[in-house]
Amino acid sequence: MNVLLDHLPEFREGFIGTVLLTLASGLLAMVLGVVIAGFRVSPIAPLRFFGTAWVTLFRNTPLTLLFLVAWFVVPVIFAPGLNPWTKALLALGFYTSAFVCEAVRSGINTVPLGQAEAARSIGMTFFQTLRLIVLPQATRTVIPPLSSIFIALTKNSAIAGAFSVTELFGVQKLLSDKGFAIAWIFLWVAIGYLVITFTISGLFRLLERRMGVAR
Amino acid sequence: MSSSVLYDAPGPKARVRNIVFTVVGSAAVLGLIVFAIYRLNVKGVLEPEVWNIFNNAGVRANIRDGVLSTLKVFALAGVLSLVLGLLLAVARLSDHKPVSLLATGFIELFRAVPLLITIYALWVVFLSYKDDLGVVGENTAFWALVIGLTVYNGCVQAEVLRAGINAVPRGQVEAAYALGLRKTQVMTMLLVPQAVRSMLPTMISQLVVTLKDTSLGYIITYAELLYAARTMANNIIVNGENPITAVVIVVGAIYIALCLALSSLATWIEKRGRRAKTGIAVAAAAEPAEAPGVLDASEGPLGPVAAAPEAPGVPVAPADEVAGSAAGGQADPRDGDESDGPDAPGGPGGPDLGKK
Repeated sequence: MNVLLDHLPEFREGFIGTVLLTLASGLLAMVLGVVIAGFRVSPIAPLRFFGTAWVTLFRNTPLTLLFLVAWFVVPVIFAPGLNPWTKALLALGFYTSAFVCEAVRSGINTVPLGQAEAARSIGMTFFQTLRLIVLPQATRTVIPPLSSIFIALTKNSAIAGAFSVTELFGVQKLLSDKGFAIAWIFLWVAIGYLVITFTISGLFRLLERRMGVAR
Repeated sequence: MSSSVLYDAPGPKARVRNIVFTVVGSAAVLGLIVFAIYRLNVKGVLEPEVWNIFNNAGVRANIRDGVLSTLKVFALAGVLSLVLGLLLAVARLSDHKPVSLLATGFIELFRAVPLLITIYALWVVFLSYKDDLGVVGENTAFWALVIGLTVYNGCVQAEVLRAGINAVPRGQVEAAYALGLRKTQVMTMLLVPQAVRSMLPTMISQLVVTLKDTSLGYIITYAELLYAARTMANNIIVNGENPITAVVIVVGAIYIALCLALSSLATWIEKRGRRAKTGIAVAAAAEPAEAPGVLDASEGPLGPVAAAPEAPGVPVAPADEVAGSAAGGQADPRDGDESDGPDAPGGPGGPDLGKK
């Protein structure tokens, strides 16, 4: 108990850091994931290829390796002078975007055939079909997997703490380095993560209920 | 009919437009690749000397040892997590309230906590009781990694197995009890074999996650592939710099090859199981869902009355919900009827990622 009360500022900062990192990289992953899912179902072969390559690459690479790339390769080769937070954001966002892409793509595939056919037959283009007909309906099926993906993202963000970004794992590391009993630190950090993951799953349940339509 | 429902077989105008987009798209993708290669070249990563280090026997031995220790951790943690998963799944479905409550609490706690947190906590504990732990004390990082992976993945495997057990039609369980089988017999002869068979693709997909997560050993300084490669890259100097980029590219390729091999095994088993006419449906070769199940209504022991297969607590969606196909980038249009039901695929608590 004492560890929590004595180090409330650290825990608070770590908690907020985890939440912010999750939110920001979740947003990046959503945007990238939807765009790349669009690539993967598009009629243009090179873009389809790009989407497939992207998903294969990021789904089969350990996140720790991506963090290494973000820390030691990206600054040297592409963009020098990124701060740790941005690097963590990029690694987490890119990694998660592959999973989002797959979820969105399977969502697109579950929209009944007739819907897209009808959209086409009234003269809608690919983009109109996707934007006005298919994606809105896919949203409903995509929500449960997305909730799962965001929970995984929250947990994955712990790796950022090992790379000196302020978040809950960083707090655990810091306090255990200072010599406090690990069991209590573990408990409080675990509760911090539990709060976040339960909030996410609760929010998505709410969203699911609101968007659910009796067909 | 074209390969996707989203666009028609192109007419003359669309064909021209598609060609334009194809050219622009290829140019963009090519441009990206060329830019990456250009930057790598400017920074001297493409110099022959940098890549020559992989001809060095020491470097090769380092990488080989790294791969071997990664595989060692993976093999041990994989086997142990399957065993623990089986035990936890059976415990959670137990008729004895304390046992099932304990198992539920254990599963929900360790599934919700990031694996890294668990591993790190274990590492710190092992380090502080180093002298009292015997075998474990001699190689703390290794055991922290193995036990952390086992606990986390065991919990996930338990949930996967439980979903498989819950998917067995209750009529079978009733028939077994009517024949006079005991509880243990029903579990070992009827439920578990069918659950394992149907959930094998998902379980192997979780093993892929286990394999990827062995890289967390990097953070607790266990010399698995990533850590070995990183320390090696730090010790080599080519043209005045550490060849980190080259080493990362090679290590990344190794990881991707390992993971792809394992996940294609999962996809193959899924396809093969799909052809079979008997037994319960084979699950998708997708990673199991993450959603915490504490709030689910469908908890409870699996007595003579098994939970219905469509119970909302089933964490992994049934097989026919896998949407992706193995056909590369092609979209896989499915039967309209299939997804028309009120139960949208991946219903509550049963999300499911289509596997490539």
